[in-house]
Order: sequence, then C-alpha cells, then structure tokens
Amino acid sequence: MNKITTRVSVLLALAGVLACQPKGPASVTTGDAASKVYVAPGQYDEFYNIVSGGFNGQIGVYGIPSGRLFRILPVFSVSPENGYGYSEETKPMLNTSHGFVPWDDLHHIALSTTKGEHDGRWAFANGNNTPRVARVSFESFRTEEILEIPNSGGNHSSPFITENTEYLVAGTRFSIPMANKDVAIDSYKENFKGSISFIKVDQTNGRMNIAFQLRTPGFNYDLSRAGKGVSHGWFFFSCYNTEQAHTLLEVNASQRDKDFIMAINWKKAEEYIAQGKGRVEKAKYAHNVYDEKTHMATTTMKDEVVVLDIKEFPDIAYFIPCPKSPHGCDVDPSGEYIVGSGKLAAMMPVFSFSKLQNAIANKEYDGDFDGIPVIKYEAALHGEVKKPGLGPLHTEFDANGNAYTSFFVSSEIVKWNVKTLEVLDRVPTYYSIGHLSVPGGPTSKPHGKYVIAYNKITKDRYLPTGPELTQSAQLYDISGDKMQLLLDFPTVGEPHYAESIPASLIRDKSRKIYPIEENANPYAAKGEGQARVERKGNEVHVYMTAIRSHLTPDNIEGVNVGDDVYFHVTNLEQDWDVPHGFAIKGALNAEILIMPGETQTLKWKPLQPGVVPFYCTDFCSALHQEMSGYIRVSAAGVKTPLKFSTGTPE
Amino acid sequence: MGACLLLVSACSPDKPSADAPSPAAKNVVAEVADPTKGIGQVKSVTLHAPLEQERIGRGKAIYEMKCSACHRLDDKRVVGPGWKGVTKLRKPEWIMNMVTNVDVMLEKDPEAQKLLELCLTRMPNQNVSIGDARDVLEFMRQNDGEQ
Repeated sequence: MNKITTRVSVLLALAGVLACQPKGPASVTTGDAASKVYVAPGQYDEFYNIVSGGFNGQIGVYGIPSGRLFRILPVFSVSPENGYGYSEETKPMLNTSHGFVPWDDLHHIALSTTKGEHDGRWAFANGNNTPRVARVSFESFRTEEILEIPNSGGNHSSPFITENTEYLVAGTRFSIPMANKDVAIDSYKENFKGSISFIKVDQTNGRMNIAFQLRTPGFNYDLSRAGKGVSHGWFFFSCYNTEQAHTLLEVNASQRDKDFIMAINWKKAEEYIAQGKGRVEKAKYAHNVYDEKTHMATTTMKDEVVVLDIKEFPDIAYFIPCPKSPHGCDVDPSGEYIVGSGKLAAMMPVFSFSKLQNAIANKEYDGDFDGIPVIKYEAALHGEVKKPGLGPLHTEFDANGNAYTSFFVSSEIVKWNVKTLEVLDRVPTYYSIGHLSVPGGPTSKPHGKYVIAYNKITKDRYLPTGPELTQSAQLYDISGDKMQLLLDFPTVGEPHYAESIPASLIRDKSRKIYPIEENANPYAAKGEGQARVERKGNEVHVYMTAIRSHLTPDNIEGVNVGDDVYFHVTNLEQDWDVPHGFAIKGALNAEILIMPGETQTLKWKPLQPGVVPFYCTDFCSALHQEMSGYIRVSAAGVKTPLKFSTGTPE
Repeated sequence: MGACLLLVSACSPDKPSADAPSPAAKNVVAEVADPTKGIGQVKSVTLHAPLEQERIGRGKAIYEMKCSACHRLDDKRVVGPGWKGVTKLRKPEWIMNMVTNVDVMLEKDPEAQKLLELCLTRMPNQNVSIGDARDVLEFMRQNDGEQ
C-alpha cells in the first residue's frame, strides 16, 4: 500500500457521500459467528496466519480462526525483548552495505511452495526501505537469512515466488540511477533505471543468492506475482509512474490513461544467463546467514551482480496496458488469469495468459515503450469487471473459481467470478482495507474457508488509545455464497500482506530444543565444568551456564571500568519451553533470551566501579528469583585478582 | 511463592487434546508392575561385572554436560541430591526411568515425589536417551566404588 495521498482523502470523502462507506461500529456480526471463531482453551487453531508487521519490521504469527497472537518474530528490526540484533551472535543479521540498519518496513510474505502448493518449509519477507529479503524457518520460527538487494530504490514488489520456489523476485519500487551515480534529479528519464532481481533459492537449505538482475525502464515497480500452471515460467509486475515523473507523483504519475503490467519470461532470461549473455556489474551488498549449529550469524559482502538489459533481449519482456496506476497484479490458481487493480480505475481488467501468448505470436503490438513491445490492450484482455468498487488493490482466490478483491477507498471486499467477471457479493470492512488473504489464496490449491481483511484504519472499532490506534484484521467466512463477518482482531505494527497455512503442515516439525551435544558455538560452555572467566587484554569473556535455577559463575571479580565484558550464556536445559534470560544493570543494549541448548552473547561495558547484579529475566522455575549473581567492577588500573565461583568453594 | 508454584504443578491440568503431542509424550509409558523400578520404558537392566569402561567414559561426558549443574558426585545435596550411594539406594531401572521419564515420575512415583518435596526444584527433562541413561548408570556405579 502506498501512503494515503490527499487524492485518496478526497476520494474517501466522496465515498462517504456516496454511502459506500460502512456504517460504523454499530454494524455487528450475525448468527453463529462466535462459535465459528471460538477455539476452546487448550485447543489449537486450524491455520497459522503469517502476517507482515509493516513498519515494525517484524512478522506476527496468529491463529485462525481465533485471531490469537502467538509470537512476534523479529526480522528486519532489532528486538530488545529477546536480544535479536543486540546479541553478538545476531548483530550481523542486520548488516548492509550502509552498515548496521536496525529497522525496516516489512510488507509482503511469501510462503514456500512445491508444485504451486504450500510445503511448509520457509516464509520469505521483503524489507521495503533499505532493500532486503529475508527467509524465516518454519522449524525454528527464526530469521535465518537476510540478503540485501543492490541497485534498488525500495524493495516493494517482493518477495513473490515461483511455483517450486525456484526464484523469488525483488523489484524496485523507486527507480534510481544505477551504481550510485550522482546525477541531477530532473535527468530522471535519461539516467534512472528500474531493476528486478531474481533470487535463486537453494532447495536443500533455502539459501538465497541473486542469480541475475533485469535492467528495466525507469518507472515504479509496485507488486508482482509469478505465473503458475499454464503460465509457469513467467512473472508479472504492476508498473506505475510510466509518466516517469520525479516530483509530485500524486499528480504527475496519474496523467496517463493506462500504465503497464510487465510480463517477464524468466525461463528465457534464465537461458540467456546460462549462455553467458549476462553482463557482470559491480554492486556492493550484504548477505547474512544464521547458522543453527553455531547459533551465530555471519555477513559476507558481495561485490557484483549479473545483469540482463531487457531492451537487448527482445523476447524477455512485454508490456500490457493496464488502467490507472495498477497496484495488485494477481494470478488465479490455474495460472490463466492475471488481475490488474488500477488504484484509480472504475473497473478491473482481467488478462488471459493464452491470449497474451497469441498476441505475442501474432505481434499484436501497440508500438513500444523504450524498446519493449506494448501488447494491444484488447488482445490480452479476458474481460473487465465492471464497477466493482472504488480503489481496487489486491485479489486472492478460492478453489471454486472465485476472486476476492480489496477496495481501499470504498472499504469493502468484493467477491466475483473469475471466468464470468460477475460480481457475486460484497461486504464492508472497518476500515480502509489494504491487503487481504485467503488461506492458500496465492497458490495453485487454495484452502479457502476464510478471507481475512487487513485494515489501515480502526477509528471507533476499539477502545481508544490516544492518537495512535491499533490496526486490525477482520475474519470472514467464505464457505457459503455470502461472505460473513466473524471477528475483528487487532494486529501489531501495520499489517500488509499475510498468508495462512494449515497448521498440520508446520506444527509437528516445530523445533523444541537445540541439542546441547550439537552446539557448535565457539563460546559455548557445554556443562558447568566448562564455565569460566578469561581475560584477553581489556576483553573479559565469561563462559556462563544457566540451568534451573542458577547461573555459573555467579560471583565474578577482577573486572575493570572500561573493559569489554562478553557474557556467553549457554542454556543447559534440554526440555521444551525452558528458556533462560540474562540481563545486567546498566547494559546499554538489551537482554538476551537463550533457548534450551543454545549459546548467546551479551556485550557489556562497565562504566563505573561497584558491584553489579545480573539475573535471569525469563521466569523459569519456583526459584527463578534466586537465579542471579554479582560482578565486581574495580576502577581502571586497580589490580583486583580475577576470580569466579558458584556456591560454596570445595 | 515457591510453595504456590509447586502446588500448581502438583495438580497440573490434563494435556491438550489427544492430537496435541506433549513434550514428554514419547517417553510416557504405562506403569510397570514393580513399583521399586519406577515408571517408564525401562523394565529390566542387566548389569555386568566388571564395569563396562566404554559406557563409563560416555556416561561421564553426559554427566558433565547435562547433570553436573545440579548433582555433585559426593553425597551432598545442592540443587538435586548428590550421586554418592544412589546405585545402592535405587534399582537401576528406577534410576534410568527417573532420568528418561522425569515428568511422569514426578507426577506418579512416590519416591520421586519425596525427592521433590526435599529438593523443592523439579528435576528437568534433559532429553537423555535410554542408551545415554544406561551409560550414566554405569558412571554412577563406578562413582559408588564398583569395579
């Protein structure tokens, strides 16, 4: 979703007048809604809902149908709550070519698929601001990898994936001059380029690398979907600002009657790369990988990408005209239909992949744009959904040939038939829906049952909390002919896209502990006998163990003001759900949580002399309050002997 | 506060529905006939003399990694009881069931419950396999002076 512009505000006001706007909080659910979302205490939800956190840079994990929040997974943002981005082991995850970037704007989720169906291996997500893509493991529910995207001005059309997770894409929202060139902003048309990265995913371990980048005309690449089934091998991108404006885009990028959907034949591009036709360009970007055995992340700086300029390869790219600043660009489960959602259009075009192929074969072109053929609109068109609503954004699908489109301006979800293009039903959302999600909605085999609206505005839906309000999701039953509102639930951050996946695909492989025998962290103390303190110059390394209910060592002396003290804490527990925490007074960073069998490190620089307590922060046992210790800090230069112990000395 | 928590855990609720695997599920086995052997998969253990040296080495390594934080090798109780004499006091089956099936033992075995009342800290499940527990038992026998 783009920022709300004044244009949209005007439309909103207009929409209010036109009575398209829902009535307000008095509108209620009907019938047996409560029983449909009630998951009794101790029972489990049917779906995991993996929800982008938007400006919190995290992913929320919810249960559907209950709407209960289980976990917040830090991805692009530091998390003082568990030490992600603060512990020495996880700091490298947020390295970029710009240095350590502790925040990002996480918009879209892509769950891995095999043969177009959810396979429960990984979730991918994009960082929109400092362009990055992340991979989260469904075993550990942790961020295992972050890859920076060079030559991108904002990674919005990302990380949409191909049907066997061969590739995910990263398309630049803002075109920019390549290779950090210093040019006048008003030389946009001449110097600014688009860039679409194709990221190859290693099927054995999920590791990502940029296989190639397409160099594309300078405008804005908004959203994307891979082809599937009949259209497997293709990718579709919505493009706006084909006016190539560089200022007041609100007005200047809304001039043309039609922008484009860009169709990319990525199998062809892959062939050209295999033939060595790509050009190697210098580009600096970071690749960060978290190792499950060492419990440590490492950063590798990369320095080149392989580039194909789509102008030079005439059978890679085609433009399909699409009315008025298209946002969503969604492909139905069969792969035959591509839905374009012009934010400012009064209808929605649905394109046909087979007609597109015929149009290309017969060269039914309407000239070209920057050397790229523009397909005749009618030649690729399956048909238009007439007067569906105001401000269409995104479309998801069920398994019965129906589509569900979100309408931001008229705050509603509209159900329509993909083949007949007939509008079947509409329900209000409260308010201003952005993305929406049907379980399995972007796959070849939707699970159906529900559609979830992710709303931007909740004014008057919940108890007020000052000027800053929660955002929300709303759950609708779509099992009948008519959509039925079941539940509102607040969300953390600002949800953009989300996916839901049957719990049965993930639940049983969820990791419970890290076997201590396999802990390969070089700072691990695998057993209390290995707990110790070592000084190396002004570095003090504390190899500490934690087990219910003591830390070892818990009395430490011989540290001086100005030392760098590293607490390497190993959790010796081997049972599920027994994390320990570690915090020390005056730490300028955060706490760390250490899962069973894991080692994590908190760096602490004492700045004053004295005796400083530390303790376990995660309530672990009846004697949790006793799980604590002291470290004595002497003034700089004072030679207090290094000593450490736990319990009565022998 | 400690007492409150223990009360809570003493009457801990049933696990979620049958399809919800509980953390200890794989080790949960119906009670065996002989109460002095404890509750768990280990029904009978054959001990050899002289001691099996290979097991002792492995058992010691497991002790150091997973047990030594709470159990000393003398008879002094720290968090848990010292190990000195344990093989004289308990049947080998009881020891191995306690190590591998601790959650059920603390819930149902009267001897294990007496120890909990004494130590006031639940022994954690340290994810020790039956084979590893056998090695630990051999190390305990050596610690008790067997040859």
